[in-house]
Amino acid sequence: MAKVHVRKNFQQARWNEPMIYELSTPGLRGIIPPIVEDEIEESVGDVASGLPDSLKRKSSLDLPEVAQKQILEHYLHLSQETMGANLANDMSEGTCTMKYNPRLCETLVGNPGFADVHPDQDPDTVQGMLKIYYDFEKVVKEVSGLDKFSLQPGGGNHAVYTAASVVRAYHEARGELEQRNEIITTIFSHPCDSACPATAGFKVITIWPDENGMPDYEAIKAAANEHTAAIFMTNPEDIGIYNVHADKIVEVIHGVGGLCFYDQANANAFLGVARAKEAGFDMCHFNVHKTFGTPHGGEGPACGAFGVREHLAKYLPVPTVEFDGSKYYLDYDKPESIGKVREYIGQSAVVLKAYAWSRMMGPQGLKECAEISVLNNNYMLNIMEKIPGVTHAFQGNGIVRQEQIRYSFEKLKEQYDVGSDDMNCRMGDYGIPWFWSSHHPWVIPEPMTIEPCESYTKEDIEQYCKVVELCAKEAAENPELLKNAPYNTGMHRRIKEEELDDPSKWAITWRAYKRKHNIS
Amino acid sequence: MKGKQFVHPYIPNSEPAVKKEMLDAIGMESVEGIYKGIPDHLRFKGEMELPDPIISEYSLQRHVEGLLSQNRNAKNNICFLGGGTWNHYVPSVVDTIMERDEFLTCYVGDAYTDHGKFQALFESSSMIGDLTGFEACCTPTYDWANAIAIACRMAERTTGKKEILVAGNMSPDRLLIVVNYCKPEMKITKVGYDKETGLMDMNDLKAKLSDQVACVYFENPTYVGSLEEQAADIVKAAHAAGALAMVGVDPTSLGILEAPAAYGADYAVGDLQPLGLHMSYGGGVGGFIATKDDKEFLGEYPSLLYGLCETRQEGEYGFGEVFYERTSYASREKGKDFIGTTTALHGIAAAVYMALMGPQGFKEMGEGILQRVAYTKKHLAEIPGVEFPVKGCSYCDFLVDFNGTGKSVKEINKALLEYNILGGKDMSQEFPEYGQSALYSVTEVHTKEDLQALFDALKKICA
Repeated sequence: MAKVHVRKNFQQARWNEPMIYELSTPGLRGIIPPIVEDEIEESVGDVASGLPDSLKRKSSLDLPEVAQKQILEHYLHLSQETMGANLANDMSEGTCTMKYNPRLCETLVGNPGFADVHPDQDPDTVQGMLKIYYDFEKVVKEVSGLDKFSLQPGGGNHAVYTAASVVRAYHEARGELEQRNEIITTIFSHPCDSACPATAGFKVITIWPDENGMPDYEAIKAAANEHTAAIFMTNPEDIGIYNVHADKIVEVIHGVGGLCFYDQANANAFLGVARAKEAGFDMCHFNVHKTFGTPHGGEGPACGAFGVREHLAKYLPVPTVEFDGSKYYLDYDKPESIGKVREYIGQSAVVLKAYAWSRMMGPQGLKECAEISVLNNNYMLNIMEKIPGVTHAFQGNGIVRQEQIRYSFEKLKEQYDVGSDDMNCRMGDYGIPWFWSSHHPWVIPEPMTIEPCESYTKEDIEQYCKVVELCAKEAAENPELLKNAPYNTGMHRRIKEEELDDPSKWAITWRAYKRKHNIS
Repeated sequence: MKGKQFVHPYIPNSEPAVKKEMLDAIGMESVEGIYKGIPDHLRFKGEMELPDPIISEYSLQRHVEGLLSQNRNAKNNICFLGGGTWNHYVPSVVDTIMERDEFLTCYVGDAYTDHGKFQALFESSSMIGDLTGFEACCTPTYDWANAIAIACRMAERTTGKKEILVAGNMSPDRLLIVVNYCKPEMKITKVGYDKETGLMDMNDLKAKLSDQVACVYFENPTYVGSLEEQAADIVKAAHAAGALAMVGVDPTSLGILEAPAAYGADYAVGDLQPLGLHMSYGGGVGGFIATKDDKEFLGEYPSLLYGLCETRQEGEYGFGEVFYERTSYASREKGKDFIGTTTALHGIAAAVYMALMGPQGFKEMGEGILQRVAYTKKHLAEIPGVEFPVKGCSYCDFLVDFNGTGKSVKEINKALLEYNILGGKDMSQEFPEYGQSALYSVTEVHTKEDLQALFDALKKICA
């Protein structure tokens, strides 16, 4: 068995890196663009000088002037000050399934047959890509049991927004949009399940959990009425408890004429195990960059695969990818479509990687991902619940957790004034990436949400638990140590955080910073 | 080997002895003990009907490469498509940074462990700010259209007005996205344009401006390939009516074209793809929004904003989230629109690209593109039946009118494939008033030989 190793002498790269502007020397440059041939130059002369004055750039262009080696060095340094999941124990991101992102997929997207393909090429010249779209759609159809998908949305939240747009189109077509102006969601559903319907023009009704942490079925029943356009709910919710009332809730909402959207952003634990179809939902989505093995990119690029039952397929964004028996084509003929939500047909790099990943898994591999991820989580819980100062949401309710758990450092906060942020900073000193606490509001005090998906070894899990235990012990012995952490990561503890909310001080660009803080 | 069981390289705890040890530790005989919490009638009892796995990476690579070989591409063809994704040179340094697992596989951690990501994106916003002349720029949006749409809603909140006027010849696809995003309560009205110049009809603009208009959106260069000489006049007219002004730009053009802030625009939006991202069949896009730093603008962004902040270590550039309460992450439905995973990595790629290019690179590339486009137009004009329906200079994109050849764009593009040329985008559906016209795009990657190949092929095809 591999050794369980806690990185007690960990030190993240800290280059004390200047701003790229501070590396600038007038006259230097990082690259020379292709030179115009003499014949072209002689034929047309200096076109730029002939532009009307109103078009010509007269204001200065203050970009940095740096040689290539120093630019490469600068951004390599910055990369080293970043803890990607492929180089760290990143079960830290509960609700977000940070799994291994295979290097092979990066090789594939560098292939000129992909990288150098223009999205407006005639479909006849991109049959390979269209087949990849078509076949990956089959995968998400099987995983959900739903009938038709769009891979156009640029991320999970974007897919939820697309769902809200479809709900709007559905009720509008039935002449009921004015009446049906409410969408119900639950507090442990992702914030996008309330923010996206609100952006699409709906009033949002938020349901709080019952005493066991389940969405309160009676409260949902009471909220459902002739104004209900839909329910948007996650399952399992962010705390890792599977909602056993899912189908009953669907019945309630359908009973009042509303639609049901299943937020399956993070479906890793249920591949081949439980689906939107059996629970009766009309729509669902998957975060392809979570469940299907593609990298997160630090906040994208991403893809939110959005699926519907047949009766809603006419509202999907255009175009959809279809196959006529001999070739693949793009179908724009959807007069009731919501239109488009993103340029072109989707985030093709993410779709290509997800296709490759799912082909490598096959149906058995997908199910094995699910099974091992729930096993990992329960194995971890078994260790974590023995650590003094660590509890978890709705502990002792008798419900077996699925793929993730929301832990709490409430006791550490009460006893030593050491909270979630302090633990987070200190765990970074042992090489653990910043963990996901919780979305706001923090219903569970001082939270930490952990999801040890199938990519992690037993020793990774044990290492993580040992770091939590070590930091909790340090909290008891020397709270100040945690309150001033981190010491060994790429950045020290912030001071003057209030300036980030102060318009006279905040700065999101270098020129704003220089002006507001009197830097020459 | 048939039937042989493998421990999948990506699923280490599937190793039978390890799995058993873990099950023993939690007192279960199988994983079904965990899934028993899911009611039986909600379980999926069947098998997913999907092909068997391709378990070796090498075989998978061969399989995917086989599919990709069915795509024509800009390496084994000469590509003249643009219009929103462009065929620019991507420097190797950009690819190197994009492929770093640190950036590629990181999540949304705080700056304590992801300091480098925060600084790279801060620099990216700063350099977009330099190109556009603004002090504020958000982390990337999904794409250009999403940037327009978000900024329209920002303008609605800032002004309290509900109507947006847009250039009548903006990309119809981008307009579809804007219309969907603004649908709940906003009205989008198209402003007319001069068919001969592609420029905004100032009389129509003035007629449509009213005290209900939140913002006027125009593009420079225009989608049909002209340069909007009246940019400053459009901004002035909008401001005179109490409206804000937004311009969509190709950021690579800003080495030679005036910065939007310099002619008074309130918002500059555009796509990051031309700043060092491969075309990737639409996978290269990512949008930006740049504005003034005033609270009435910055306070309306839905996006994450990374700002400098002091730390316990004197002299260290620390980072944190600026005005986080704005976001839906913090405030759910009470936040500004919604925020989620967008295209941050493309923002980092763009930072590397902008740093490499510097002021000289952007200027020289811009000048060179203007020359190549002028040269292309000059020679295409010699082909009988080929004309340019939109007059004036163009940057990258320009319309080519094939009506006089008696052939459709579809026919011409099909014939061009025989010469390994990907012809311009067929515009006959989007802008029927130009008949059989195509949107061609010429950039710094096109050599004289590439252009000559186009001239020679078209001469034969159009004869």
